[in-house]
Amino acid sequence: MPPVATFGPLLALLASAAFFASQSDRFFTGQNLSLILQQVMVVGVMAIGQTLIILTAGIDLSCGMVMALGSMVMTRSAVDVGMNPYLAITCGLLACIAFGFLNGALITYVRLPPFIVTLGTLNIAFAITQIYSESQTVSGLPPALLFFGTTFRIGQTAVTYGTMLMLAMYFATWFLLRETSPGRHIYAIGNSPEAARLMAIPARRLLISVYTIAGLIYGIAALLLVARTGVGDPQAGQTDNLDSITAVVLGGTSLFGGRGMVLGTMIGALIVGVFRNGLTLMGIPSVYQILITGILVILAVTTDQLSRRGQ
Amino acid sequence: MGTPSSALVLEARGLVKRYGHVAALDGADFELLRGEILGVIGDNGAGKSSLIKALSGALIPGAGEIFLDGKLVTFRAPIDARQQGIETVYQELAVAPAMTITENLFLGREIHRPGLLGSLLRLIDKKKMNAVAISQLSGLQIEIGSINQAVENLSGGQRQGVAVARAAAFARHVVIMDEPTAALGVRESGMVLDLIRRVRDRGLPVILVSHNMPQVFEIADRIHIQRLGRRAALVKTGDITMADAVAIMTGTITHH
Repeated sequence: MPPVATFGPLLALLASAAFFASQSDRFFTGQNLSLILQQVMVVGVMAIGQTLIILTAGIDLSCGMVMALGSMVMTRSAVDVGMNPYLAITCGLLACIAFGFLNGALITYVRLPPFIVTLGTLNIAFAITQIYSESQTVSGLPPALLFFGTTFRIGQTAVTYGTMLMLAMYFATWFLLRETSPGRHIYAIGNSPEAARLMAIPARRLLISVYTIAGLIYGIAALLLVARTGVGDPQAGQTDNLDSITAVVLGGTSLFGGRGMVLGTMIGALIVGVFRNGLTLMGIPSVYQILITGILVILAVTTDQLSRRGQ
Repeated sequence: MGTPSSALVLEARGLVKRYGHVAALDGADFELLRGEILGVIGDNGAGKSSLIKALSGALIPGAGEIFLDGKLVTFRAPIDARQQGIETVYQELAVAPAMTITENLFLGREIHRPGLLGSLLRLIDKKKMNAVAISQLSGLQIEIGSINQAVENLSGGQRQGVAVARAAAFARHVVIMDEPTAALGVRESGMVLDLIRRVRDRGLPVILVSHNMPQVFEIADRIHIQRLGRRAALVKTGDITMADAVAIMTGTITHH
């Protein structure tokens, strides 16, 4: 029997959507659904990287700050330095990749716990972001940096290219995790490091790759953030580490590693998005949205634990 | 492989392994013949587990030589031994509980799709892997039901079956089993012993390390008795009583 974790998140998403549709006529409109996707886009993409890491039984606290750094590198390079915008984007992606690699190298070669390493790099990335940007917001971005915030129409509804990129990334990651040997090995090292070692799976190489790829994914999230907000904001991303972990957990992935699905994470991110959006439409203040998100996380983990204990 | 030139499959001479002043292996000899189940017994600290680790590549001996099919081999890591066709069933089984039976059978050795899809994208060939898994399990008469269920849903004996099937599927020369029934009840132990016989009957010699003397006497063709880091005796199972084997293990009598 598959644990509740497999279908629970989807049921929770559908139930909450049905509830808010019954409370507000404006909820179930193409425009509003497109808005929800745009609101979850940045954290949603970041949560893909977070899922890969949590599947290996790791955790990444640095993701939001790494993304903020990437967004400042992109915007400052393009605006203040006057770099070709595509080169500027590449520099921002490289900064994020470098931080991902640093996380991975410290975890595998110095053998430090992921929690501590990424707590350290969180602070380092934050400080570098502030120093590098002089805590100044960058505006007046060239069109190339804004592309993913622009829209095309599906029927009456305007959809951003960024949300399409997010969906494409989720399906690609889901496919690769399911159908490739490195994808299966990610599950194996999270589920049983001892079995992975005895079966000669190259765990170090795999872990470094996972953290580095996560860095690249945070870089893409940085590009989406810049496109969505239209500025380079050095204060961005400060709660995104916990928001991305929330999406992963709500999506039914185990924090102990080796169990879960990346599509669950997308549903987890959407659950948070639907609640925030629906409660706003109902006129409920935003602190209650945070309260409810907290309750949801605890409920999700409890359900997951209970369903596994039953096995 | 051609015609076997000799009945000797695996041989070791004068293996030595020291940890400080303690010699876990002190000039240990070893031999395994084609088509046999060789029981390895010995008291705690006799060097049983060091001997097995040296043969499976988990330990690098300080001195001595290992021959596989008459050829000198050197194992620096378990993967070296495995590449030479020596498979080990570890006591802790080395399975990932949340993964399926097929995935565990092929863990780290997945079959990839042909062409660029496999070599570049590393796409796995699930159909082929499932087919091999089914034929492997049915060949050893391991009854498990669906091969796409997670290993954590299996009984202890069935899990052991998966680990043995994996070893038998990939071993070309030798299967080593480290205390395969230690965690099992009587009925499931019996199933695993039958399984070990079937592996041997398929032509793979088995090294069985066990604390359980009655089991070793029930199933082994010959018995290697380890004492103080050396082979104290190597006897046919019918030629010795359990009491004498214990006496040799503990040093009360010496074998001629």
